[in-house]
Amino acid sequence: MFDVLLHILRTGRLTEPLQESADAAPVVSSVQKDLLAILGRALCIRHVDAGSCNGCELEIQALTNPYYNLEGEGIHFVASPRHADLLLVTGPVSVNMEEALRRTYDAMPDPKLVMAVGDCGACGGIFGASYASRGGVASVLPVNHTVSGCPPSPSAILTGILHTVRTTLA
Amino acid sequence: MMHMWPEFLKDRRIPLAANLPARRISVDNSQQWLDAARVLRASEAQLLTMWGADDRDRDGCFRIYSAYLLPHDLLVVEHVIEETSTPAYPSLATLFPAAERMQRGIHDLLGFATDDPDTRNWLRHGGWPESLFPLRRDVDAEQYPVVSEPYPFVLVEGDGVHEIAVGPVHAGTIEPGHFRFSVVGEKVLRLEERLGYTHKGVAKRFEGLSQTSGHQLAARLSGDSAVAFSWAYCAALESIAEIRCSARALTLRALALEHERIANHLGDLGALGNDAGFAFGLTQFSRLKEDLLRTNVRVFGARYLFDFVVPGGVAVDLPEDGYGLLVDFYFTLQHAVAELRTIYDEHDGLQDRFRESGRLEQSVAQKLGATGLVGRASGIAQDLRVDHPFAPYDQLEPNLIVQPKGDVAARVQVRFDEVFESIRLCHALLREVPSGPIQQTFAPAAAGRLGIGLIEGWRGPVMIALEAGAEGTIRRCHAHDPSWQNWPLLEYAILDNIVPDFPLINKSFNLSYSGQDG
Repeated sequence: MFDVLLHILRTGRLTEPLQESADAAPVVSSVQKDLLAILGRALCIRHVDAGSCNGCELEIQALTNPYYNLEGEGIHFVASPRHADLLLVTGPVSVNMEEALRRTYDAMPDPKLVMAVGDCGACGGIFGASYASRGGVASVLPVNHTVSGCPPSPSAILTGILHTVRTTLA
Repeated sequence: MMHMWPEFLKDRRIPLAANLPARRISVDNSQQWLDAARVLRASEAQLLTMWGADDRDRDGCFRIYSAYLLPHDLLVVEHVIEETSTPAYPSLATLFPAAERMQRGIHDLLGFATDDPDTRNWLRHGGWPESLFPLRRDVDAEQYPVVSEPYPFVLVEGDGVHEIAVGPVHAGTIEPGHFRFSVVGEKVLRLEERLGYTHKGVAKRFEGLSQTSGHQLAARLSGDSAVAFSWAYCAALESIAEIRCSARALTLRALALEHERIANHLGDLGALGNDAGFAFGLTQFSRLKEDLLRTNVRVFGARYLFDFVVPGGVAVDLPEDGYGLLVDFYFTLQHAVAELRTIYDEHDGLQDRFRESGRLEQSVAQKLGATGLVGRASGIAQDLRVDHPFAPYDQLEPNLIVQPKGDVAARVQVRFDEVFESIRLCHALLREVPSGPIQQTFAPAAAGRLGIGLIEGWRGPVMIALEAGAEGTIRRCHAHDPSWQNWPLLEYAILDNIVPDFPLINKSFNLSYSGQDG
């Protein structure tokens, strides 16, 4: 136990201020404020991998590491779509995931936001549309915002989430 | 082993282009196909992968291939199937259980039947017509509406037995798949997996790409194994284009591959702690993983190295400050992981969850064909970097990491040991980075040539079989992820465990959905 505490102490606080671009001022202080002003509580996100290669998942998972500290900013990943404000969708939508994706969307309460993540979510990426793939998320669901990249960085995903909330709900 | 070969197969093995010693045999009929498999099973060969091809445009036939790993080389057995309304070949599943799902997948894409009793679809979930086989050359990539079809899971009956259905959408940021548990109380009597949800038609997509762009798709078969797959693809292409990468490019590829291994192991070690209720582990290891990804940006130009390995070499050279930067980073990382390992090892609550959970005994692992990391944690001493050291591993003498027990604890220990071994290999690679170009141009491979690339990714052996088309096109490309072999083993490892331990046991395997689904 002592080792654990010592390790935590030595590691210190690593969370970095979020910067929307390299030269802009950190916006971390406004994230929580904006979310509170718009939603009055934490933003709840449900993620669905609709056929991704798993690259985007790795960067979404990275958002919860101590550097980005997503939960500390008032953004929370939830297990049930019924608790979610925002649906984060990765991958080209495979035909085998189409129904599960639609059902997840249908299970969310209104107003529901959808953000497509990655080049595949944006347009199908290298997989395109085929007998097995519907291409981008917008071919299956109404999409509020898209963050491209292969995979997009955690900062780009976080900035995209804030953009979606600010422009759609504010 | 040679004496065991039946007469008809003697002297028929011809050399095959690959990044390790490899040969191929063409058998005359389905009896010889089976006889070859029997001999190989008796010689303790491992079935690496199977794939099919539609060659009716060339010689009016279909082909089925099986690739086996032997102690000294790789053997590809090729069987020509005459065109009939239902092309068929004998199933290999009684000899090599891992063949079963691969054969079901081949059926869904090409319409080849076998005599295996399990004829359920595997990759096709009603997303295209049953009579349509998308990998046939006369079928284009047209879209069809999904028609949901029932999937008959094996029913477990008895007093108090009930089913728990999980997925395809899981409660977390992970890939989709379906798990059907049959349980009594909390005890798991049976787990049946249903995969294929992320099938994106990768094999068909390869056929529309040029030889010099196929590596981009290979890298995206399973994003956490991008370096392994893009290297395997490039190795296959380079072997049939008959070029050799510079020693410098190979050194940089190996550095990238070991970084990929370390990054995934760090992620898993954190997640395994977390799944056993030790959030400290997740925080600490996810921090170290992020440090590694940021080091990747400074050295290789990207957090995840999707486009680093390219045909003929690598895309980015080591920067001038790369050496010092990496050595310092490895030193810090080694120290931090060593400290965390002590904390994990001495944490009774954690070890209590790890030990004896999800045991995959060596005998079962051997029989079912366990491979890669999961195999090594069940006492199967196999690592391509050691057994068939492709360059530059032939200069490095990597140590084989093996644990006998096959439980979650063993899979944790293998990961710790492999992180340290990878750091050692990275140091060795950096000590002597050869000078020279990082990339070379080359003429496309000649039409009809078949080449194999086989690389030890962090999960296990990843393989690409690449057949060149005319004028620099790809005629057929088959990508194989070791998860094909190891997914069925998870069904065994969970038996008699309790449902709440499944996330922990599943994470200790950490298999790829996308890599399996294609």
